[in-house]
Amino acid sequence: MTEFTWLHWLLFTVIILAFVIIMVMVFIYLERRLLARMQARLGPNRTGPFGLLQPVADAVKVLLKEDIIPDEADKLVYWLAPVVAFFPVLLVFAVIPFQNGGLLADLNIGFLFVMAVTSISTIGVFMAGWSSSNKYSLLGAMRNVAALVSYEIPLLLSTVGVIIISGSLSMQQIVAAQDIPFILTQPLGFLLFFIGGCAEINRSPFDLLEADSELVAGHHTEYSGMKFAMFYLVEYAEALALSAIITTVFLSGWRGPLLPPWLWFVLKIVAVFGLMIWTRATFPRVRIDQLMALAWKFLFPLSVINLLITAVEVLLLKDSYSWVLVPINLAIMSILILLWAKLFKLGWGKIEV
Amino acid sequence: MGTTIAFYILAAVAVFAALGVIVQKNIFRVALSLIVCLIAVAGIFVLLSADFLAAAQILVYVGAISVVIILAIMLTRQFAHGSQPNRLGLPALFVSVVLFALLVFAILGTNWKQSIEQPIADTTPALAKQLLGSSGFILPLEISAVLILAVVVGAIVIAREK
Repeated sequence: MTEFTWLHWLLFTVIILAFVIIMVMVFIYLERRLLARMQARLGPNRTGPFGLLQPVADAVKVLLKEDIIPDEADKLVYWLAPVVAFFPVLLVFAVIPFQNGGLLADLNIGFLFVMAVTSISTIGVFMAGWSSSNKYSLLGAMRNVAALVSYEIPLLLSTVGVIIISGSLSMQQIVAAQDIPFILTQPLGFLLFFIGGCAEINRSPFDLLEADSELVAGHHTEYSGMKFAMFYLVEYAEALALSAIITTVFLSGWRGPLLPPWLWFVLKIVAVFGLMIWTRATFPRVRIDQLMALAWKFLFPLSVINLLITAVEVLLLKDSYSWVLVPINLAIMSILILLWAKLFKLGWGKIEV
Repeated sequence: MGTTIAFYILAAVAVFAALGVIVQKNIFRVALSLIVCLIAVAGIFVLLSADFLAAAQILVYVGAISVVIILAIMLTRQFAHGSQPNRLGLPALFVSVVLFALLVFAILGTNWKQSIEQPIADTTPALAKQLLGSSGFILPLEISAVLILAVVVGAIVIAREK
């Protein structure tokens, strides 16, 4: 464990804050431009060169707007909700290594800490949904909670394989164990984690909580001005946190040839986020029953099987866990997914998937 | 010194949040107070060098159980106002005073042992050995797992459509 000093603490707090804010702006720009590109549109291209200043313009606009609080709202809870939603996302970055040893705190329970902390932000969403005293807000929040409680299980189980191989919960150790990135030795785990993660942070195609056509804007329907900006920030900061977690756990974090470590880290994060934009542009939104069925009938059994297979492999091979297993695990993944895709049914096959 | 101050702050937060749970009328705020209380207790676990326990406390109690509690109270009637006091007030007062007196008596009367050993830095392997090792608590762990499974199956049987 690195020695705890006030300077280290202060430095990394500032770095993390700046990193999150800047990367969120980059993400917003990337998402709007890439999504437009994939839908054969232009996207925002007038503010600054290539529309680069668009996120700044958006931020200024939203900060200047009037801050409206509904009469019926539970004022205190309404005020606290955006903060409670945002705070846990920042905490995640405390254990993410930006380069070798470059992190706020190398906790030996690092990964568990990430999982524990992210589960708090649901409460923020729930507070927002309830305190607005608006039926759309409440419905959106309820959907979010239902989705989150279900997806937390496959999300955790799919990474236990990684933890078994690396033999540690510390993020620093997990990166150090990745001579081969875990995306190759744990392809099924990566896929399950990616799907579960997208559902957990309500990226489309799982953005039921703010299905515009049904729920206006979900839990932040009544929010405006600065507080709305907070929720917007949370949404992208969560995407950033998920990309950073995936990068650290499956894509060997800051490791890579030639380029400096922090640049590799950022590049990998952007690549993962690009994948998220791609899925958003490709898939239509799922129904709530499909969402639940996917978690319980698809992700959950597959993550348990993945855990079992990984445990057996580690027991059999002990130290020689290496390239041999890459094709084997890829083959196992393809077979399992094909099998489950055939077996996947809703309502005893009476409802169309 | 720093730990002592942190402990008193966390303890005060936990006690006030716990008071909030029983004093407030609005049930949603009651649930939120409960969450604050649980987080403060997790903080105390951290001070006791039980970091794994603290993370598990937040993951299980704050992230899952409290959310289920909120969902459950939302299904009750008049959840915004809470239940009105009824004739069981006096017996409840009696039971809680007796329980409180018993707890205070037991805590003050026990001769607490103090360990002078340094806390283990890396708690996870030690915990895993205790829980899953051959001389550890593997049997109780498995039994509790079976118990939970039985409860889940029972809940499904009750909730299933006829």
